[in-house]
Amino acid sequence: MPESHTAGRTLLELDDVTIKFGGLTALDGVTFDIKEGEILGLIGPNGAGKTTCFNVMTGVYQATSGHIRFDGQALHKMPRHKITRLGMARTFQNIRLFKSMTALENVMVGADAHSKVGFFRALFRTPVHRKTEGESRARALELLKFVGVAGRADELAVNLSYGDQRRLEIARAMATNPKLLCLDEPAAGFNPAEKQRLMELIRKVRDQGYTVLLIEHDMRLVMGVTDRIVVLEFGRKIAEGAPAEIRDNPAVIAAYLGVEEDDDAAS
Amino acid sequence: MNAYYDFAPSGLARGWAAFKRPFHVFDNRPSKIILGIIAVLIAYALPLLNLPIITTPDSDFGGVLFDVAAYALIAVGLNIVIGYAGLLDLGYVGFYATGAYTVGVLTQYHWHWPFFLALPVAIGVTMITGVLLGAPTLRVRGDYLAIVTMGFGEIIRLIITNTHWLGKSAGISSIPMPPTVGTAPGAGNPGGLFQVPHLSWGTFPNVIDVGHKTGVLAFGVLDAIPFYWLILTALFIVLIGDKLVKESRVGRAWEATREDEDAAEVMGVPTFKYKLLAFALGAGIGGMSGAFYATRQTFIQPQSFALLLSELFVAAVIVGGAGNRWGAVAGGAVVAYLPERFRGFSDWRMLIFGIALIVLATWRPEGIFPPRRTRRAIRAEAVVEELEGETVDA
Amino acid sequence: MDFLLHHFVGETVGGLVLGSIYALVALGYTLVYGVLQLINFAHSEVFMYGTFAVAWVFVFFKGTDSTSSSLWGVLPILLVALVAAMLMSAAVGIVLERVAYRPLIKKGAPKLIALISAIGASFALSEAMGLRDKIAGWFGLKDNLANYVGQARETYSLPVAINPHGLFTIWDYRVTDVDLVVIGAALMMMVALDQFIRRTRFGRGMRAVAQDPESAALMGVNSTRVIQLTFFLGGLMAGVAACLYMINVGSTRQDAGFLYGVKAFTAAVMGGIGNLRGALVGGLVLGVAENYGGAILGTNWHDVVAFVLLIVVLLFRPQGLLGEALGKARA
Repeated sequence: MPESHTAGRTLLELDDVTIKFGGLTALDGVTFDIKEGEILGLIGPNGAGKTTCFNVMTGVYQATSGHIRFDGQALHKMPRHKITRLGMARTFQNIRLFKSMTALENVMVGADAHSKVGFFRALFRTPVHRKTEGESRARALELLKFVGVAGRADELAVNLSYGDQRRLEIARAMATNPKLLCLDEPAAGFNPAEKQRLMELIRKVRDQGYTVLLIEHDMRLVMGVTDRIVVLEFGRKIAEGAPAEIRDNPAVIAAYLGVEEDDDAAS
Repeated sequence: MNAYYDFAPSGLARGWAAFKRPFHVFDNRPSKIILGIIAVLIAYALPLLNLPIITTPDSDFGGVLFDVAAYALIAVGLNIVIGYAGLLDLGYVGFYATGAYTVGVLTQYHWHWPFFLALPVAIGVTMITGVLLGAPTLRVRGDYLAIVTMGFGEIIRLIITNTHWLGKSAGISSIPMPPTVGTAPGAGNPGGLFQVPHLSWGTFPNVIDVGHKTGVLAFGVLDAIPFYWLILTALFIVLIGDKLVKESRVGRAWEATREDEDAAEVMGVPTFKYKLLAFALGAGIGGMSGAFYATRQTFIQPQSFALLLSELFVAAVIVGGAGNRWGAVAGGAVVAYLPERFRGFSDWRMLIFGIALIVLATWRPEGIFPPRRTRRAIRAEAVVEELEGETVDA
Repeated sequence: MDFLLHHFVGETVGGLVLGSIYALVALGYTLVYGVLQLINFAHSEVFMYGTFAVAWVFVFFKGTDSTSSSLWGVLPILLVALVAAMLMSAAVGIVLERVAYRPLIKKGAPKLIALISAIGASFALSEAMGLRDKIAGWFGLKDNLANYVGQARETYSLPVAINPHGLFTIWDYRVTDVDLVVIGAALMMMVALDQFIRRTRFGRGMRAVAQDPESAALMGVNSTRVIQLTFFLGGLMAGVAACLYMINVGSTRQDAGFLYGVKAFTAAVMGGIGNLRGALVGGLVLGVAENYGGAILGTNWHDVVAFVLLIVVLLFRPQGLLGEALGKARA
């Protein structure tokens, strides 16, 4: 995994992507790309199409027109689990953990994405199974430690605190060994201290060599942690650039009717 | 977010947890293994022990135990489909029938294969049927899968009823039993490889009843116990396989698919492939049980494989606690055993069973043995309840 | 194939008659599913009890007098029987909701459990009917009610066989009064139900609960009442179906509901679950297809046709022929 912070080659390209649901155009000719090693922020008012964008990228929706290329490969009609194996992982806006599985098991499911173990190897407990199981478990524990949830490894996911659940989702997504990690509003519902912790975590994630795409509403978080920002409004891209440029961009300001302040406004 | 499975823990499950506490001394591995071996031995010895309360007065206990084991086997197979993978299958009797008829056709109706050769073929044919049925239909939504599988179960029965090659409604009779090892059983001589006496408590302290013996591997009409031993062995093998597969990435893939199929896909789980696997495995086990049924009954007819049976099978799995293999065994046992135990009330059996299902569903929704995941939730729930002073919805 | 071509009109009309009865029963399934997302497995017994109500009314008025009669000859008794069947089925539906479903709905129990409760209710209801002679015996009424009880678990016939009376001819088939009554009644009930759901306060409440139970509650809709109403209406429809069934078939058993129930449910799904018009279309299509299939392949196969049709529709158009109206329960 490369360690430099300078952006590298293009990892993900969205080229004139449009998606219509019946009469509603959720995305309209969206074009941007993500370079390897950067943290890209995707922002916009509610209903701008950010999560739709995520969903199109990860294969949950099919684009009506336009192209998406990941690591050089066109994603048209690729099944979702294959897209994950290609190296794109995500978390969900409304936390979709496997509630009745433990934290450790949740992360191991992610690690299983690249497992070569199938029914027969499991049934007969072949050496490949044992080795893979051990590695998956070790990696899962490592990731739990990385995000700070290691102490709750054997707790059911549903019983974890909200913050731990969000962090667990990130660990699970990372377990799939992605090149691109897409985080959908990972700080929703966090207080400022937790948001600070999250920012540090995201930086640590990038330092590990992952590329990060971040949807967020909290401007301070976005400004503080991203290298570049893409702004959507009503399904269209209205601005793209470094955080400082975006902050002063009149179109962006207009879209938000004023830049969103943090709820706990002080510093 | 699978609307079918969000269980809330109940008093029964908490009671079980409390009941187990003093036995914690047995929680270490060697103790568990020894207890396991003792339990297995008791299971095999059960028909011989002639225990007073559980032995059925009005029907042959060996035969009842066979039925119990057969239902337990079915429930374990169906549990993989419903409990592990979260696929609502209401046509499981179709696989049961496929297994039985494959044996009937191979061993009697068109060819004369020996049973132990027909058995793996029956399992294989049923698995293929499962794949053929599952491939197009596992893509549809949960409720619809229930209806489609129900339709499939009925189609199988109707095809059998209308097909001359399968014996139509007259059925197939004189299906041979498994070959006896040793001397053939006959009146007065149980036969078999060697013989095991029953116990008789009436003549205490002389409990061993040498007048009443069962031949090991002696398959005849008079004694159902060798059949019971055969199917019990199959059940244990399946249970071991079940545990091995469940505690691997396959089991995790199933649980993830059941919990939230879309999220599982996004985490790289090829959900369709694993749903199909669960379906095929469940089918194979159902077919296996059907094969044993055929050779034990020696007569099969399509009327025996009605939708009613599918509903009973599902009830067995849920009553036991879907997702827990031992729960499935218990559920199957209950569904098979209780009507036999109370055969004296034969007319009222199904009515009481129906009422029992309603009562069970409305009072103890998570079944007799909910899976460990629900039991683990109990501890957390108890803590939260104390803090909040009211019940939390799961 | 020959048979079908020669009897085309007959098979079609027969299919429509059969399908009309399926459609009415299907309405019960589709309503409950539309509002609760629950498959009411015991609806087949709701129907079956209706058929017995019809039979009992006839026994009441005609005793054991088994002369056959035309439809118009027994019209007054028929009307009483219709009302009785509707009330009986509705009552069974209400009891079912209260005993087998409400505790689960209140607990928010998983649907798998509701299914078990439904299966248990289905067993209990049909067995209770099958044991009616024993139950009557308990109350010492076995002799007094001998005619009503009949031979439990055996076919129980209307004492009066209703003779269809030919009215006019299409091609080579003589359309009878029974044919028209059945099809007409089904259409009328469909329209009435549709109007009820679209125009009345209760119907709006049903649609609201179907779409979003929590918001509906916040808007003052009593969801318990709405659910009761849903079962009540489904029962009424099943009662009508039961009466039409008895006119057409003339006899019933405690397991008579079963196959009709399964097929009616198939029809509901085929038409689009939750969609009232879908239930009608699904029912009619199923009835006609079954008849055609039976004519082409032999009558033994008509049940298989029904199920194969279901699977085919679900594979190629999973939302049903007219599209789902989940959460909308609209016609």
